Amino acid sequence: MPSPALRVLTDFKRWATPLPVWSGRLHAADWPLTARHIRTQGGRLLAFWGEDRRAEESAYLVHAAFLIATGIVRTEMVVDPATAVYPSLTSIFPNALRMERALYDLLGIRATGTHDTRPWLRHAAWPADRFPLRTDFPGTDLDVAADRGYAFPPTNSPDLHEIPVGPIHAGIIEPGHFRFQVLGEEILRLEERFGYAHKGVERLFRGLDGAAGARLAGRISGDSTVAYAWSYAQAVEQVAAARVPERAQWLRALCLERERLANHLGDLGAIGNDAGLAFALTQFQALKEEFLRENQRYFGHRYLMDRILPGGVAFDLAATDIAALHGAGRALETAIGHLQEILAEHGGLRDRVVQVGVVSPERAAYLGLMGVAGRASGQAWDLRVQFPPSPYDRLQVRMAVAMDGDVAARMAVRFQEISESLRLQEEILRKLPDGHPYHPLDLREAAGEGIGWVEGWRGEVFFWLRMAQGNIRHCRPQDPSWTLWPVLEEAVLRDIVADFPLINKSFNLSYSGHDL
Amino acid sequence: MYRILREVLRLGKVGEKPPRTQRDPASASPSCFRHSLGIRHVDAGSCNGCELELNALNGPHYNLEQAGFRFTASPRHADVLTVSGPVTRHMAAALQDCHTAMPAPRRVIAIGDCACDGGVFQGSYAVVGKVAAVLPVDLQISGCPPDPDALLRGLLRISGEQVNS
Repeated sequence: MPSPALRVLTDFKRWATPLPVWSGRLHAADWPLTARHIRTQGGRLLAFWGEDRRAEESAYLVHAAFLIATGIVRTEMVVDPATAVYPSLTSIFPNALRMERALYDLLGIRATGTHDTRPWLRHAAWPADRFPLRTDFPGTDLDVAADRGYAFPPTNSPDLHEIPVGPIHAGIIEPGHFRFQVLGEEILRLEERFGYAHKGVERLFRGLDGAAGARLAGRISGDSTVAYAWSYAQAVEQVAAARVPERAQWLRALCLERERLANHLGDLGAIGNDAGLAFALTQFQALKEEFLRENQRYFGHRYLMDRILPGGVAFDLAATDIAALHGAGRALETAIGHLQEILAEHGGLRDRVVQVGVVSPERAAYLGLMGVAGRASGQAWDLRVQFPPSPYDRLQVRMAVAMDGDVAARMAVRFQEISESLRLQEEILRKLPDGHPYHPLDLREAAGEGIGWVEGWRGEVFFWLRMAQGNIRHCRPQDPSWTLWPVLEEAVLRDIVADFPLINKSFNLSYSGHDL
Repeated sequence: MYRILREVLRLGKVGEKPPRTQRDPASASPSCFRHSLGIRHVDAGSCNGCELELNALNGPHYNLEQAGFRFTASPRHADVLTVSGPVTRHMAAALQDCHTAMPAPRRVIAIGDCACDGGVFQGSYAVVGKVAAVLPVDLQISGCPPDPDALLRGLLRISGEQVNS
């Protein structure tokens, strides 16, 4: 629960949810005070978003969700439409900067106290004085022109060379722009520019019912479809005060671990490839393809899209399926064991991945890192361990941690997590409770707020939504990439340009989940 | 080295036979595309699901290069442009630039439900809605995402082959 110092500021209410959430409304003056207090207690900023509530309470609302030792503190602050400003949190939580810039692009309310007021998600698609998350956004005067006016900091020396990369890249990856300033081979500065994949997701959710929302949630970031669908389902089930069948919870966890396995397999192969070890790419790709085919055969979709719905899951496993998955899991474990030995002792690979792309534990703590990248830099944080939702509370997840913070450490964490996910899969399959995997929800009268929070393969996926008359009024899906992307700009410094793809791949962050 | 060889042998040959095809006399594709396609992929704002399947298509099971197809790093080297995503307004200009940079003859394939008709993102202020609204599209491959087999069949068709089911 929030500390006594925070409870002086407002009356925090504990939500009647399995996840410990305390919610309260703050005065603007207390907003940075609260954040600073949470920071000094070791807390993190989880998510940050805004809402147009002019029709209901003649104001905008700014929301922030913080992590404290005992759970989530969710705060909101009223912003007067006449001034449309609020105090910035950037000096306290550095990951707030891009979220505040994005909030201005989408809602037109400005954080005061920061110097960087450049647009973040808006390019040239809509005019600077129109804001898509306002209810009166006209949706006209839309453009497809390229945004050539973004102000990158200029190079201030004739010896520096500037390399613009993207939005289209050489490989088969998502769109984004990277601006390098290099001296010879060495990267002296990197600045990211995103928003190319902005699809207006937050506004698209408006008015959707529970089922349509689930479909969209599963497509916010395709590689994390399970994590998004589950966190969305958690939020909706919270609003409806619904109980989910036990079997469904266990099957959801199985899906989440399989999503982790598939992505880690892909990443280890791709990192090997970027380091020039084609052997690793072929081996891991072959393992991943077999794994995806199992997903199709037993779960009905290669990437497990639309498998998780509010109320349960859309599939069930027969006893023969469970036996087959047991066997496949053991075979995968053996194969991974061999590959791990080879990669750990491969001199050529070690040369490329050790002490490259380093994020020290101190910087990681300051920047609030979590997920694979956080754990590789000594940040012992895993939602499945600290706040385990059912069934993780009965599985005793062993957290993977490494201290070196380099590409090798991020590989090591992935290897550890593959072993652990295979163990979890084994246990889930053995202990899977009987019963129905789906219990339809009656959402006709659903109204109120809900929060979902899931440890996806990349990091924690956060989902907040507000429903009324059974439909979604507003929502905020928050990808871990919001917090992780800025650290890439630091991780590549003093390394050479040719190492960038390798370092980038070792993070493998989402563009779509970030650009929304 | 011994262990690498051992794993290579253990994995064995996983490449699968491509679908049976014959030359399609009605195909509008140029004959120089036969068994030889350079493919440039552009993600025009997809959720990244289609990219997962394109990368899977590049894996050892599908033998893409055996069919004479390869992904290129530059549009200058490409015969075919594959596009995924509902074409966000922020990507439309870059997508058109990429297409313009390709030499003729060239073809465009829309990959996935979003590229075909906007998918779940249809109607958003931030998307154009489909690739055909921005570029001349020669083939649409639906699916969310379309699996590697569907992608391979589409590429074979655009190369001028008739694919037996």
